[in-house]
Amino acid sequence: MQQIPIEHILFVSTALFFIGMYGLFTRRNMITMLMSIELILNSVNINFVAFNKYLFPGKLDGIFFTIFIITVAAAEAAITIAIIINLYRTHKSIDVEDATELKY
Amino acid sequence: MADYSYIALVPLLPLATFVLLGLAGKNRLVKWSGYIGSATMLGSAVISLYAAYQYFFVNGKTGDAYAEITALRYTWLEFAPGLSIDMGIILDSISVMMLVVVSFISLMVHIYSVGYMKGEERVTTYFSFLSLFTFSMLALVVSSNIFQIYIFWELVGVSSYLLIGFYYQKPSAVAASKKAFIVTRFADLGFLVGILILAFYSGSFDIGTIINRATDSQSEAFTGLVSAGFLGMSALTWSLVLVFAGGAGKSAMFPLHIWLPDAMEGPTPVSALIHAATMVVAGVYLVARLFPVFYIDEIAMQVVTYVGAISALVAAIIACTQTDIKRILAYSTMSQIGYMMFALGVSGYGGEEGLGYTASMFHLFTHAFFKSLLFLGAGAIIHFVHSNEMKDMGGLRKWMPVTHITFLIACLAIAGVPPFAGFFSKEEILLAAYQSDKIVYGIGLFVAALTAFYMFRLYFSVFWKKEAADASHHGEGTWSMKLPLIVLAGCTVVVGFIHFGNYISSDGAPLPTHFDIRFSIAPVVSAVAGILLAAYLYKKESDRPAKFATALGRLYRAAYKKFYIDEIYLFITKKIIFNLIGAPAAWFDRNIVDGIMNLLASGTARTAALIKGMQSGRVQSYALYFFGGVVALAILLIYIWI
Repeated sequence: MQQIPIEHILFVSTALFFIGMYGLFTRRNMITMLMSIELILNSVNINFVAFNKYLFPGKLDGIFFTIFIITVAAAEAAITIAIIINLYRTHKSIDVEDATELKY
Repeated sequence: MADYSYIALVPLLPLATFVLLGLAGKNRLVKWSGYIGSATMLGSAVISLYAAYQYFFVNGKTGDAYAEITALRYTWLEFAPGLSIDMGIILDSISVMMLVVVSFISLMVHIYSVGYMKGEERVTTYFSFLSLFTFSMLALVVSSNIFQIYIFWELVGVSSYLLIGFYYQKPSAVAASKKAFIVTRFADLGFLVGILILAFYSGSFDIGTIINRATDSQSEAFTGLVSAGFLGMSALTWSLVLVFAGGAGKSAMFPLHIWLPDAMEGPTPVSALIHAATMVVAGVYLVARLFPVFYIDEIAMQVVTYVGAISALVAAIIACTQTDIKRILAYSTMSQIGYMMFALGVSGYGGEEGLGYTASMFHLFTHAFFKSLLFLGAGAIIHFVHSNEMKDMGGLRKWMPVTHITFLIACLAIAGVPPFAGFFSKEEILLAAYQSDKIVYGIGLFVAALTAFYMFRLYFSVFWKKEAADASHHGEGTWSMKLPLIVLAGCTVVVGFIHFGNYISSDGAPLPTHFDIRFSIAPVVSAVAGILLAAYLYKKESDRPAKFATALGRLYRAAYKKFYIDEIYLFITKKIIFNLIGAPAAWFDRNIVDGIMNLLASGTARTAALIKGMQSGRVQSYALYFFGGVVALAILLIYIWI
């Protein structure tokens, strides 16, 4: 079976990372920003898995990291959504531009 | 060795009173504070008299001489093994004597104050300050450690400051208290440096150890002290002169005496206790404590002698011209302390040579009684006529018989008329001076005549001179005021007959004092001459004093203005120190030191104003900065550092 070269996989993960970055910087909707952050995290996950497979085939460190990140991301999503709901209650909006009170 | 640790109670009882009355505040215990203070002082006085009896007559002697007994010792601060500051109680003949003097005079003053301060405001505060002073003074005289002396030295200074400024509504009292504190504090700077030099070379703060090491010419401490030098004087001389400067400040020696006359702004019983009998002799006591060390340095002894002699002379001359009754007594105190100082200065160590030391301590002892008697009498007079000025007095002998007789006894004692106490002690001082330094003897004799003159000038002006207005409605004073006068007058008559040399001498061994009738002719004749002159000038109201003053011309005016010493101090401080040092220092502080601070602050504020826009509250721009930072770091790490 022919292996997929690592460059292909890295290309996918890089693309995913920058798509997430673009979404994070341009979307005003906080839910969309949360989704973008998930994309970034997943691009990192892909990197971990790929490098684990290609550089250290005998080990599982990268896989463990991935599982950690998925767990943390789940917790983080729960917290973020809670924050967004609370913001919505006070501001009647989930537009990030409307919540700028924390400034000088 | 007998157990003397109960001595600790002597200072601790007044301390307890201070804490109790101090916590009571100014409005509570008003009626009782005087009785509480007097009762605890009675306890202290009884204990110290008992201790003195035990020490002098029962078990103080080792062999033939009175030994030093360490009653208590407690290591307070240990800097390094071997170098520690101990708190302790030491008993030797002079500290036991001082215990008796301080506690007894303090008891008399407490009793007197009950009557004198009746109806005043803040009586409780007054008695608490008085107890604080008594505590510190008693603890000072029994200190075994020179650093402990320094601590209590400052404490007596503070309590003196508090009591001088007791009438704090009067600006003059406030100024006087500040002056006293600043002048003595300035002198204490010298004291501290002197202590540190001594302790540095001898490696100990303990007085006994310092004396042992510094007087042993084989020891390392001695060679260090003598060989190290600065500006042509050895470290030993420097340290002793500086220690003496501290003592001179506290004892109001020329030229640091300016605070003492002003200190008379305080209540009169305070002047009797602090500024006559006890605190001001602390300087003499200090020199006596370190006497073996002073004795090995000739220059320091010369300084002590001549500062004492000049103070005695200057103060006596000024006292002849003053008109404020308490100020006359203040200058007289200064003059008598000058006597004690030069007696120490001319003294030798051990045996017959140590006569000056014995004489000095004897004079300290007798002076405490008759000078506190004079001040308490003056207090009674001031209480009666409500004025300090002699021109408001006169003819009071009719209305104040008890005060009159006791005051007369004290005047005779201070003038040196036999058989009162001052005669014996002054006699010994003059003999000691005669044996070692004829110039000092001459000064002493002249001052003896002046003393008799100004004391009887005071006496005749107050009690004779003119007929007093009818004052029969006004009593002489309560018994609590008369009793101390009578007791002290009794002491003044009696204490001169103590053979002081048997108990107190420079090396502890009994010193037989010879009483030579031929020698005492000159002092007695000069004293009587002074008294007769005073009687001629002041017994009846006449224009003789005015004529006399005109005849003396410039000298009289200079003495009346206290030799312009206050003015010289003002000139030095205001014109020279304020303008040449103070003003530039203030400019430097305002412009350079504050300027740097202001520059830092305004720079920070300006930078903050420039960049605060970055904190916009927009989460996305923060993320963008963060990402930019990550990219910049990545570029830095990948392309530039590696």
